[in-house]
Amino acid sequence: MTTTIAPNTTRELRYREAINEAIIQEMERDPDVIIMGEEIAGGAGREHLGIVDAWGGAFKTTVGLIQKFGSQRVKDTPLSEAAFVGTAIGAASTGLRPIAELMFVDFVGVCMDQILNNAAKMRYMYGGQVKVPFTLLTRIGAGTGSAAQHSESFYSIFSHIPGIKGVVPCDPYTAKGLLISAIRDDDPVVFFEHKLLYPETGPVPEEPYAIPLGKARIVKPGADITLVGISKMTLVCLEAAEKLQEEGLNAEVVDLMSISPIDYDLVLDSVRRTHRLVVVDEDTPRCSVASDICAAVADEGFDYLDAPPKKVTAPHTPVPYSRPLEGVYIPNCDRVMGVVRELLTGG
Amino acid sequence: MDMDPQALISLYRTMVTIRNFEEIGIYEMGQRRLSGSVHSSAGQEAVPTGICAHLTDSDSIASTHRGHGHCIAKGVDPKLMMAELFGRVTGTNKGKGGSMHIADMTKGMLGTNGVVAASVPLAVGAALTSSIKGTGQVSVAFFGDGGANQGVLHESMNLASVWKLPVLFVCENNQYAESTPVEYALSAENVADRGVGYNMPGVLVDGMDVFAVHEAAGAAVQRARSGQGPTLLECKTYRYYGHTVFDNPRSYRTEEEETYWRGRDPIQLFRTRTLEEGLLQASLLDSIDAEIEQLIRDAIKFADESPLPPEDDVYTDVYVEYPLDGLRRGASMTI
Ligand SMILES: Cc1ncc(C[n+]2csc(CCOP(=O)(O)OP(=O)(O)O)c2C)c(N)n1
Ligand SMILES: [Mg+2]
Repeated sequence: MTTTIAPNTTRELRYREAINEAIIQEMERDPDVIIMGEEIAGGAGREHLGIVDAWGGAFKTTVGLIQKFGSQRVKDTPLSEAAFVGTAIGAASTGLRPIAELMFVDFVGVCMDQILNNAAKMRYMYGGQVKVPFTLLTRIGAGTGSAAQHSESFYSIFSHIPGIKGVVPCDPYTAKGLLISAIRDDDPVVFFEHKLLYPETGPVPEEPYAIPLGKARIVKPGADITLVGISKMTLVCLEAAEKLQEEGLNAEVVDLMSISPIDYDLVLDSVRRTHRLVVVDEDTPRCSVASDICAAVADEGFDYLDAPPKKVTAPHTPVPYSRPLEGVYIPNCDRVMGVVRELLTGG
Repeated sequence: MDMDPQALISLYRTMVTIRNFEEIGIYEMGQRRLSGSVHSSAGQEAVPTGICAHLTDSDSIASTHRGHGHCIAKGVDPKLMMAELFGRVTGTNKGKGGSMHIADMTKGMLGTNGVVAASVPLAVGAALTSSIKGTGQVSVAFFGDGGANQGVLHESMNLASVWKLPVLFVCENNQYAESTPVEYALSAENVADRGVGYNMPGVLVDGMDVFAVHEAAGAAVQRARSGQGPTLLECKTYRYYGHTVFDNPRSYRTEEEETYWRGRDPIQLFRTRTLEEGLLQASLLDSIDAEIEQLIRDAIKFADESPLPPEDDVYTDVYVEYPLDGLRRGASMTI
């Protein structure tokens, strides 16, 4: 059975505000939750000049936290990702429940050792003696004209690491619910915010709620083909589904939501009904979440398929700067439509 | 002042070129709704100018996200830089990199860089190449007060010192990393104090005074070229504008502070000193100002008139050699 994950409220928030509200509510609920990162308040140490919360985060997702919780629990850091991410992991294993913010996922190289060799492995290596309830907030996505080092959708690599969980919300509702789950979870979870989604609005319940990690959801039911979207690509899938509807084709759209664990069962169940699969992923195509899902469906759902599983992804290249090249790089509705038509007409 | 007029004029031209590139170029980018991830180095002109005056095209520099000034001081053509900012195929990087990745290997410019302090070991690597090949070149790693707190900088300083490599570590301390004041984030009073820990001179320099920078850099370059190893220079300076074009700096710094630093403007300081000492004529400097402004306007025209890259350029230069199919397969690309 598929879970229905959808809000029943009319209150609208932006994606950015939903993230902010989730952090605030969890910090209110649990005094062990702290947050640290670069510019999460901004203008650090200048209270004597009346300067507090000068930035509220590079993308304003942490605005207001320092006024509410103080500089003990809301810590601006020096520009030292290896140190503060590692510190958050150490604090997580000794009684706190820290959130650390890595401004762009592209910078993960600087602190990857702490994530890969400590956060991911401590519990296993130490024979189950520790929990690492650590949340890493970071952001992904091309489309801002910021070139190769500020535009990656680098999440596949995290689903490759045993010991790390990851979520990729595509709207304000799932952003809040998944972040609350990530913070409450006793394992390390990476929360991938998509930069282009911050201004998007959608219904978000006021009270805290948790959307389970490792679950996908059907955002548009359909019978003819399954489109699986990851993060912002779910919106591209919905756009394609709408266009297909005009052509009399009924696509089902699955929002993956979690990149580890991956909800293979929901995808398989959908493909069992639609017999066709296209995964749309902004990450690069080699050894990726998209290729993993296609492989799982080929492996476990071969008999359901009337056509080969397909994926629409970025090419196996870094992100280019110039706008026309960036436009070619990012998967879009036209590319999805092209593949869908090919699958449905068989040619 | 033991500089000949030609050398003085060259310092002035470089500083004015940087200032005009930042002020006019970034404004024009905004008019065209190009990328907002651009960082102006206006206010900091004296640092790259004073340092790079000691370098030739075969010496290398590695730069930061705030790197237009480094490029210009190292001799990169502002026309090609502007075309890069505008995403044109005629740009230094064929439109692939933009502001944070400008590189020109023919000028020993190893690239501006979007990951803070990531470029530092590249300069150390250039110094290693020079030392192993015995070519006598030096290199310079530029980084900010924020970058001063990255692990890779510390590892690089230690390594360069252990191997006595011909490299300068140049900290442009402009008082802030984004909105974070240096006095909050830095455990020492000065970045220069950290030289001691790596057994290299740590020199404090007035980064608004191009002559002070020039003098300190001269000694450090001399030390490097003669095989005595690296030097850490900390140049105290100030960025006039926000971190990027989106940022209003008044949210974390005061008008008084801005006024103080603008009162020490590197271009004005240069003019005052050279005019007072009778080294140069005001009319000459004024004519340079006009000439440079035209040069930048020509660069903008060149960029505007240049073609955008063809779409299939997305696939070029990923590797030296790789099957195209390997870049496209399974991605459902339309080109
Ligand atoms: C590793 C890394 N972390 C964070 C950032 C985001 N970021 C870009 S510039 C900057 C501040 C840099 O400060 P500083 O080194 O003093 O250079 P300045 O901007 O003042 O020239 C930050 C935090 C980044 N680009 N790379
Ligand atoms: Mg700085």
